[in-house]
Amino acid sequence: MKALEGIKVVEFAAFAAGPVVGKHLADHGATVVHIESKVRPDGFRTHYPPYKDNIHGLNRSGLFALCNNDKLDVTLNLKKAPVATALAKKIVVWADVVIENFSPGTMARLGLAYEELRQVKPDLIMLSSSNLGQSGPHAHHAGFGSQLSSLAGFTNLTGYPDGAPQILYGPYIDYIAVAYGAVAILAALDYRKRTGKGNHIDTAQYETGLQYLAPILLDYKINGRVAARNANRDPDAAPHGAYPCKGDDRWCAISVSSDDEWKKLRRAMGNPRWSTDKKFATHKARKANEDELDRKIGEWTRGLTPAGVMKKLQKAGVKAGVVNRMCDVYDDPQLKQRPQWVELKHPEIGNMHYQRPPFLLDQTPPGPSKRDPLLGEHNEYFFRELLGLSQMEYERLVKEGVID
Amino acid sequence: MTADNNEGLLAPFRVLDLTDELGFLCGKILGDLGADAIKIERPGGDPARRIGPFFKNKSDPQKSLYWFGFNNNKRGVTLNLQSAKGRALFLRLAAKADFVIESFAPGFLDKLKIGRAALKKINPRLVLVSITPFGQHGPYSKFRASDIEIMALSGCMSLTGDPGRPPLRVTFPQSYSWTGSYAAMGSLIAHYHRQQTGRGQHVDVSAQATMLWAFSHAHTFWDLNRHVEKRAGSFMTGRSITGAKMRVFWPCKDGYLNFIIYGGEAGRRTNQALVDWMDGKGMAPDFLKQKDWTRFDIAKVTQEEIDRMEEPIARFFTGVTKAEFFKEVVKREMLGYPVASVKEIFEDPQHAARDFWQELNHPELKCSITYPGAFARFTNGACVLRRRAPLIGEHNEEVYCGELGMTKTELKKLKQDGVV
Repeated sequence: MKALEGIKVVEFAAFAAGPVVGKHLADHGATVVHIESKVRPDGFRTHYPPYKDNIHGLNRSGLFALCNNDKLDVTLNLKKAPVATALAKKIVVWADVVIENFSPGTMARLGLAYEELRQVKPDLIMLSSSNLGQSGPHAHHAGFGSQLSSLAGFTNLTGYPDGAPQILYGPYIDYIAVAYGAVAILAALDYRKRTGKGNHIDTAQYETGLQYLAPILLDYKINGRVAARNANRDPDAAPHGAYPCKGDDRWCAISVSSDDEWKKLRRAMGNPRWSTDKKFATHKARKANEDELDRKIGEWTRGLTPAGVMKKLQKAGVKAGVVNRMCDVYDDPQLKQRPQWVELKHPEIGNMHYQRPPFLLDQTPPGPSKRDPLLGEHNEYFFRELLGLSQMEYERLVKEGVID
Repeated sequence: MTADNNEGLLAPFRVLDLTDELGFLCGKILGDLGADAIKIERPGGDPARRIGPFFKNKSDPQKSLYWFGFNNNKRGVTLNLQSAKGRALFLRLAAKADFVIESFAPGFLDKLKIGRAALKKINPRLVLVSITPFGQHGPYSKFRASDIEIMALSGCMSLTGDPGRPPLRVTFPQSYSWTGSYAAMGSLIAHYHRQQTGRGQHVDVSAQATMLWAFSHAHTFWDLNRHVEKRAGSFMTGRSITGAKMRVFWPCKDGYLNFIIYGGEAGRRTNQALVDWMDGKGMAPDFLKQKDWTRFDIAKVTQEEIDRMEEPIARFFTGVTKAEFFKEVVKREMLGYPVASVKEIFEDPQHAARDFWQELNHPELKCSITYPGAFARFTNGACVLRRRAPLIGEHNEEVYCGELGMTKTELKKLKQDGVV
């Protein structure tokens, strides 16, 4: 048994911020329906690599696969009002939860605003996840997480002090909003159970991101300090960085946050003469001579593999970790043991690593257990079996292009 | 929000929070939702109270802004789990709690006989959440790690930084917040199941696994096509099947802008709007003006085409300020944002209009402090900041005497014995 069995979710959502909330619920057994249409498929299917073998195809997207396993997929052209609107409402009546991440105002234009939906489903829980929130002067400004991560201050904090900001790969902030969005839905489900009341939840990805920066926001407000990027440096640790290792572009992270750890690191390096110098004896001294310290540590790590450095230092009680490359993560011994991925076969992609949640529940182990759906794969099953349309109704809707 | 809606969504539930900085945000999120989160610190205070920055730059365990930021909406007690009396008290609290969140090294609580087995016996409904760098089992489970090792082993650092220079983390630690918030999701999934079945369970959260989500799909390039995504500095890769990379950060008059030549409907609209804006200032070259954006396919674009387009755009942006850019992208419905600092985040009118910032009173500091407010708005049930982070042992009397029925003399004795 999975933890969320019995919960029914419908997604009027695309890309990451909405669908990955649904994915986490689906991983734990919720029935999740992802609504797309042939005229407008999920953007990950249409213009967001990777595609299997670099060949573009609606059912060849790695990113769509990652975000949509264990879901049902139907194609409903919402532009075909009022028939499509009525059908969408019927789906909402069936569901406990609606997830949408259109730009604010879009659901209302489609005749699917929360107030409308509440008429047909009084205790509905609906998550509206947007860039900047449903209200305020910028509410209608649409955008992608890859750029919102800049407005929310993250990229300004990433990079070398002498250079430009650095990108955070992908729609970084979207997945912050995903955690908060799922939390909000789960809290609303609990609240509904106790009070009978539904909820419209407004999450601004911008505001969820700022939760992660609270201390430095306070620091500016109180002390006037504007936090800046400083590569891998940390005020409370030295050495603290990524150090070059044997191999092509291979690195290992090491951090030392006490004199005791420094002693252990020195011992693990074989107590080289330079390390006994007074200029490295205390945290303060190490901070003052950090460039030289980094060079010296790097000279030592250069002769070893990243895994060699990590094992040696962890054994000695020093924090260290291989800088895993993207080709390393599936074989990382820890992630493999967990296991962090489930390999499932997809008809066009072939074998795909579907990602498990970062938390494992011991009594109700999560999926993934089903590959991501093809575009419109569950039209007949969902509309006929779950929604209870007659064969005639279903065929009429297909013919009219409402179900496209 | 109406007054009768002011109760938090999770008001009936109690959380015991034994975490260090790796898990702070988990208890705070449950507290934001109205749960009674009690931070349990060792006598003398949690070591994380030494993490800066500090109020008025004064290094003091009662003045850590790191602590303030991630431990508000919690009450606080001190308790020594190394003493038998302390453990007995902990079990009394846990018997009535709904969640216990902890981030000790795997096995630590078991060794003290207050781990999963003991807790299950006294409270089978309990949701126990264990938050560690790598999870409860496996070859790295005993490894020690701070933010940078977590960022390294999850692969995040391999995607960040300039080629030829060391891979980077984000300067302000990110993995702790990520892990805490995903732990909150795991806690509430187990909570839902408990409310349905009456059975609690153990939630095993891994920071390394959490950070895989932060950089989402980079690994799927390897999975599908045996292509390794790597750090590319200020450029975005992976959007075009030709391998073309697009500039993300553009120097402007007073800093940097984040602008990307995108495809898709929004991308085409943006590109057209930018060309119009440039043209308005006489800075759009003919080849850009003549471009048919409806036929522009980002997935097939070559590096040569991208370079040709980016050159005049770069020239245009050097004459634009961040504020001007922000105003224009909102007005022209373009994609893109300025690279904001914390200062500019406070100046954003969107936050003021949404009443995002929230004041919390700090009577012992004789002031109130502005905090980032609720992470979500609910039409029913409140999600707000209710109380500032606790001082060391601030609620000892309230919890031990008021709720466990201890006398003040007994509490004093426990203090003398180093239990609280």
